[in-house]
Amino acid sequence: MSHLLPPSILRLVLPVFYAVVIVAVLPLLAGYIVLVERKVMADMQARLGPMRVGPHGLLQPIADAVKLLLKEDIIPDKADRLLFWLAPLVSVTMALLAYAALPIGPAFQIADLNIGLLFILAVSSLGIYGIVLGGWASNSHYSLLGALRSAAQLVSYETAAGLGLISALLLAGSLSMKDIVIAQYDQGIWFIFYVPIGFFIYMVGSIAETNRAPFDLPEAESELVAGYMTEYSGFRWSLYFLAEYANMIIVAGIATTLFLGGWLRPFASSHTALPGTSIELLDALPSLLVLGVALYCFYLAPKQPVKIQKMVMAMAGGLCLIIAGVLAGALFASPAVLQGIHGAFWFLAKVFTYIYFFLWFRFTFPRYRFDQLMRLGWRFLIPLALVNLIATATALLATREWGGSLLLYTLLADAVTLAVAIFLAKNDEVDSAVPVMDGE
Amino acid sequence: MSDPRGTEPSNVSSTVLGADEIILNMGPQHPSTHGVLRVKLKLDGERVVDSECIIGYLHRGVEKIAEHRSYQQFAPYVDRMDYVAAVSNGLGYCEAVEKLLGTEAPIRARVVRTILTELQRIASHLLWLGTHALDIGALTPVFYCFREREEILKIFEKYCGARLTTHAFRIGGLQYETYDGFEQDVKRFCEDFDHKIDEYETLLTENRIWVGRTKGVGILSAADAIALGVTGPVLRASGVKWDLRKAMPYAAYDQYKFEIPIRETGDTFDRYVVRMEEMRQSRLICLQAAESIPAGPIMARIGKVLKPPPGEVYHSIEAPKGELGYYIVSDGTTQPYRVRVRPPSFINLQAFDKMARGSLVADVVAIIGTIDIVLGEVDR
Amino acid sequence: MANDPSEKDPVSKPPASGAEEKPIAQKPAELSQTAAPADPPKSSDAPAPKPPAPAATTPSAPAAAPKAPAPPAKEAPPKPLPLDNELVQKLKARFGDAIREATLDRKQAIVTIAADQLREISRYCRDEEKFDMLVDLTAVDWPKRERRFDVILILYSFAKNERVRLKAHAGETEPVPSVCEIWPAANWLERECYDMFGIVFEGHPDLKRILMPDEWQGYPLRKDYDILKQDTDWVRENLGIESGQ
Repeated sequence: MSHLLPPSILRLVLPVFYAVVIVAVLPLLAGYIVLVERKVMADMQARLGPMRVGPHGLLQPIADAVKLLLKEDIIPDKADRLLFWLAPLVSVTMALLAYAALPIGPAFQIADLNIGLLFILAVSSLGIYGIVLGGWASNSHYSLLGALRSAAQLVSYETAAGLGLISALLLAGSLSMKDIVIAQYDQGIWFIFYVPIGFFIYMVGSIAETNRAPFDLPEAESELVAGYMTEYSGFRWSLYFLAEYANMIIVAGIATTLFLGGWLRPFASSHTALPGTSIELLDALPSLLVLGVALYCFYLAPKQPVKIQKMVMAMAGGLCLIIAGVLAGALFASPAVLQGIHGAFWFLAKVFTYIYFFLWFRFTFPRYRFDQLMRLGWRFLIPLALVNLIATATALLATREWGGSLLLYTLLADAVTLAVAIFLAKNDEVDSAVPVMDGE
Repeated sequence: MSDPRGTEPSNVSSTVLGADEIILNMGPQHPSTHGVLRVKLKLDGERVVDSECIIGYLHRGVEKIAEHRSYQQFAPYVDRMDYVAAVSNGLGYCEAVEKLLGTEAPIRARVVRTILTELQRIASHLLWLGTHALDIGALTPVFYCFREREEILKIFEKYCGARLTTHAFRIGGLQYETYDGFEQDVKRFCEDFDHKIDEYETLLTENRIWVGRTKGVGILSAADAIALGVTGPVLRASGVKWDLRKAMPYAAYDQYKFEIPIRETGDTFDRYVVRMEEMRQSRLICLQAAESIPAGPIMARIGKVLKPPPGEVYHSIEAPKGELGYYIVSDGTTQPYRVRVRPPSFINLQAFDKMARGSLVADVVAIIGTIDIVLGEVDR
Repeated sequence: MANDPSEKDPVSKPPASGAEEKPIAQKPAELSQTAAPADPPKSSDAPAPKPPAPAATTPSAPAAAPKAPAPPAKEAPPKPLPLDNELVQKLKARFGDAIREATLDRKQAIVTIAADQLREISRYCRDEEKFDMLVDLTAVDWPKRERRFDVILILYSFAKNERVRLKAHAGETEPVPSVCEIWPAANWLERECYDMFGIVFEGHPDLKRILMPDEWQGYPLRKDYDILKQDTDWVRENLGIESGQ
């Protein structure tokens, strides 16, 4: 494209193009994350999950979307109509806005802000207004309690998660999302190996921020029916839903960028070309993986019971084949194209792995109670994050003063932090043995 | 042992609220009130200041129906009270009428009844465990529980053709002989089931969140439990070692060895542990009973038309949820003059207010779950 | 001590069962309508059956011998056996005429008492006789009788492992003392009795309907309430349908 348009215009057109792609693809992506969630859940619970719509339920998200759009849109009588209408829009707008600074590959980024991380955190936190307003505007006690819980929870866990992120920021020395990834490339290591505890804290914090189980108190189904979403239905409800899954991808994207090397492939700094070519061995991996999936789809296709399911399965296989082809074709294109396409592949792969953990936790753990949630946040995660921060900073300082391997120093720092974590957990156990009955 | 509730009327219905108080209406349509229970909570923030259960949404007048049916005709109705433990309901009713008639089922029938009733206890506890875990937010155990419950229901289905409202027993014994391979089915289930309980326990018992959500929640002291007439696992978790199967044996329970698990604190975690252990004990009873089912007739000679002599009888059994009693008055005709059911869920639910006061909204669902109510039985 | 030995002692049950079956076979032949509830409420002292039987039952009572009640049962009196064990004697000594009658029906103890003394007798049973649990509280309607209701309390003693049934007659308009303050368990049970029979319990903290809707007219478990009957006005008003099946 760079040949077709002058750079000044390109600088305007390209972000718009990316933005349109993101907004168009995201709902589909959210729908399929839901499908994967249901499938994974079904597998863990010894059942099959959606099987009816399309082969193995592959068309289920589309059916769900159609159902949601056709549903009656109900606004409760006593609701504040304007806010009720506005609230889900706020949520979903803020969630989508945060994508502006997320680098899905070295080229695929709408805007590389120099305060990229701050921008994402700030904007995605604004999404809480959607929840609080929605809960208030519904004029229902369940919604109100859900909204209040959500507000308190976000404030508490944003702090912990932010402190967890800072440990990685210390290592990167920049707030620009792109620079953070490049820093990991330069240092030849993903930051998760330097600050595993920071990653853990961020992971817990991010689950809480996105209101996912075991921290799904704002929408705790068995207590508050659906929390702040209780009174919503149809399209408005699906906007909240979209915001929730968009936020999941955002937090996974932040974790990927800061701790998991962003768009970098594993061993990004080592370059071993296949003999006789300029193709690197590890670069061939994505296309081979997708090719494997494609072959599996073709293998399953004849086994489908109905003709149309055979066709859809074959189409899914064909789609995978095309992706594999694109990935393989990139190997022979210019390095920039290779980086762009493979970068997106690795970035998404890491994001989905991270989300898989979200799902896994959801099916395994019971839900925290509100006071326990707060106790975990304020009395375990935040102190731990502070200790982790200080330990990491000390390790960095030590490297600068005395030289030596940073990895070694951070290992030491991690050991100290771990000891503190065990102490805090023990301490917490003693406290929580006393039942909280009156007064907080 | 003064009145633990105090004699002042529950003031939820009053509209006078404190400055920070709201009234939250849970149910009758709510995911975790286990049916059509409605609970009015007066909240200070998320803390429960006062509560009131409103019941009756599933009232079908079972006791009134009984007065207009013959003794045998009424038997299927009792299955519809505690519909997740229909076999236990049937056992209580059949034995009560047998007592009223002054007869007793033959020993073979009593042993088969014991096996089926214990299987039903396991099934009922499994259902409780699954839904209780679901209430507390653990999504997965419910499917494992239903997987095993399915095996029990299959045995019921093979035995009498029905899975839920079984009407498995008849007054005077059994209608059907056991099918070929009944003992093997029961034994196979019991042998597999041992590991399955361990599986549930790995998911829950040691889980920090589970322990945090259940320990110290909904404490009911032994004195309160007795004063409130609470029976079954809830009473035993409060430290009262009392089980009708031991205290006043019926069916064939006097022939088998089993323990009565008890705990001391009387909180939700204790009730969980007690029920888990009860499943293990029920499994042992089934194994012992299936080992040697005595031969012999399965029906006592009672005739086709039942006309119990005038008089009255109270008979109760240890149903999965507590003491299930039938108080039957006969006037010498073919229809009972009065059938009163002593429903364990109804009476145990009375302890809800005692347990819930001072706890959080999240605890309320845990407490409703831990009492193990079935609204069909509460409302009858 | 044991009103109900066969229920109490697990060991004694299987051997005793054979003996128990026989008397029952004879019972239906000699059935008679005079069950305890049919007694006129004012006939406070024990009626006809009392003279023949005490000789047989009294010695058995304190010894708590498991097989003791069987022999009198074999003689098969048509009516419930009079009962005169330790508990009844103590009750009679203490409350005198308030203990109207004590019988043994199907080996279960029934003590008929005066309704106005219900609370005192209950308190005594709980505190002195250790009947610490109220198992059930219910009522039976005998519309032809002068005082139509039997209010029935089933008590259980953990210490003795035995049950006793207290029965008090109550008229349609006269209130019965509430036992809520003695056993909190009575709260809902009394509400249910009120709901179903219209019996008013005096001193109940919050006597209102429990299973039926609050505004419902009529008391469904009374014998003169037909099984197809409904509160048509309530149904029309709240469900928007004409009453009917």
